[in-house]
Amino acid sequence: MSLPLAATHPRLSVHLFFPIIVIVLTTCSSAFGQSDTQLDTTVVDDTVSIAAAPVTTLLVEDGKYDDGDSLRLFWVPSIDDQLIDSKVTGYRVYRLVNDGAAEPIVDLLPGVGNYTDKNVELDSSYVYYVATLTESGEYPSIHTESISPQREWINFRRGYLFIIMMIISAAIIFYVETAKRGKKLFVRKIAGLEAIDEAVGRATEMGRPVLFIPGISDMDDVQTLAALTILGRVSRTIADYDSKIFMPVSRSLVMTAARETIKTSYQAAGRPDAYNDDMVNYVTDEQFGYVAAVDGLMVREKPATVFLLGAFFAESLILAETGNSIGAIQIAGTARPAQLPFFIAACDFTLIGEELFAASAYLSGEPRMLGSLKGQDVGKAIAMITILLGVVAVTLSEAWGVGIMTDLHAWLVKVFSSS
Amino acid sequence: MRQQIPLLITFIVGTLLIVSVFIPPFGDLETTFNIWFDIIAVFAFFLGGGNLLRVHINKLRKRKRDWGFSIVTILGFSVMLIAGLFKIGNPGDIASAVDAPGSLFYDIFNSVQYPLSATMYSLLAFFVASASYRAFRAKNREATLLLIAAFIILLGRTPFGVMLTGWIPDSTSLLQIPNLAIWIMNSPNLAGQRAIMIGIGLGVISMSLRLILGIERSYLGGDK
Repeated sequence: MSLPLAATHPRLSVHLFFPIIVIVLTTCSSAFGQSDTQLDTTVVDDTVSIAAAPVTTLLVEDGKYDDGDSLRLFWVPSIDDQLIDSKVTGYRVYRLVNDGAAEPIVDLLPGVGNYTDKNVELDSSYVYYVATLTESGEYPSIHTESISPQREWINFRRGYLFIIMMIISAAIIFYVETAKRGKKLFVRKIAGLEAIDEAVGRATEMGRPVLFIPGISDMDDVQTLAALTILGRVSRTIADYDSKIFMPVSRSLVMTAARETIKTSYQAAGRPDAYNDDMVNYVTDEQFGYVAAVDGLMVREKPATVFLLGAFFAESLILAETGNSIGAIQIAGTARPAQLPFFIAACDFTLIGEELFAASAYLSGEPRMLGSLKGQDVGKAIAMITILLGVVAVTLSEAWGVGIMTDLHAWLVKVFSSS
Repeated sequence: MRQQIPLLITFIVGTLLIVSVFIPPFGDLETTFNIWFDIIAVFAFFLGGGNLLRVHINKLRKRKRDWGFSIVTILGFSVMLIAGLFKIGNPGDIASAVDAPGSLFYDIFNSVQYPLSATMYSLLAFFVASASYRAFRAKNREATLLLIAAFIILLGRTPFGVMLTGWIPDSTSLLQIPNLAIWIMNSPNLAGQRAIMIGIGLGVISMSLRLILGIERSYLGGDK
């Protein structure tokens, strides 16, 4: 009678029994726990499909040339952040202030690799980390080093701007001083300003009033200030000719300033009794409400002369065309390039851009004021030379690959794009 | 003295604002000064509103020409003022926004003021047509050039322009009307606009310096 092989050889029996037990146990567990295993497998697969790698190379640095009120974060987005079928739904930036608890500060879209935290204080320290967001949860990056924002006292990024500003300002002051010493300065004729006396004279002859509209901006707009400086001269002429002016305005502060200007002009003309506060009326701040009121005034009162000087927006053409329809002589001026074509099409004379700012100097004829206009020409010369240099540099660089011209072009871009 | 104090304020504020561009700790000054300006403007509004009422009440009392319009103005002013001040129909409490949806202020604004503004704005379409008609008459060489440029741009922005020159081969595609229109807008037009912008920038610098240094004083009511 022969014994089973295992019984005869103890080591062999161990070797055979272990695999058999494993096979039996595996079969049993497959038979009795099939559904559980399948469920587990499904969960694991899902997790694998929406898990995402965290962002890498997370860096934090102090915001440059600021008041110590910003910190900048940079990172490389998760490798699972793809344009198509991306697992990443976004990024969440966490911040720990003075080693306190982490708090989320912002959620960002996928693909974003930087963020500037502008809600920081000088005396605090900050640690950041960025969590990659997926449908299943967040996958945080490592933490940054602790950093405190620093205050810079001078913005060196605007150094070139400072130099250009100083050159132009110095030129203006130089010509103002030169003019004060009595040197005659040539200023070209500006047709629109030459026509002021004629336009007011026409109104006087026709026995009709002059309408002055200083735009729809407030006193914080330099165009309104320029308009009021011209108003000073216009109202002086009106006072001299004993004509009438009315001035509907859309800002209360402009009303008070305009009244003061006209009053002083009437006093200077020796006719303070002819001045009346009702020459300047407040209408409304509302853009088209103001336009409706002014158009109505134009049609009813039929002014002989209309001045449209200052900051105008969509209402420019409505006002100018109404003025044209009543046959008024119109002198317009604005520093808004988009409105200039409308004024040119509808008005008799138009002060284009800088002419509006030059008007008060031109009209006063005062040497110091004219000197400031001459100083502007230095700025224009700089602009012309720079444009010429830029054109030559780009042409030679792109057409013939001249290295020095490429450098010159890059330098010019750096100078004029510094902010 | 009446002019010296405003000139001093102008000098200090102007200088500080220029400095704030280059010194970061002063960077918020512009915002601060703008807030101050808004506060002053709010108080000045009482002057404006008062002036509006005074002018129209006078007109009404003296039965001046077109006094009927003054009734509409005073009524409109009063109704909106009362609706806003007392927050009539406002679904929120007294601290809620004056123009909260459902309030009388909101309803009047949306049902009356908004369509009236839109009506005024829509007049622009007709005024553009009448102004263009005058501007594009070929009276001289410059006006003729303007007319041709306008004609090309108008055609270039319509399907007819595309159809008209669509047959021109790609090698000379610049001659296609839509491309010509783009070239006119991006080259001569943009160059001209930038030249004007540079002039405006320099004009603003010059004007600002005159104001800061007290050379320009006419806005204060006098040349001297």
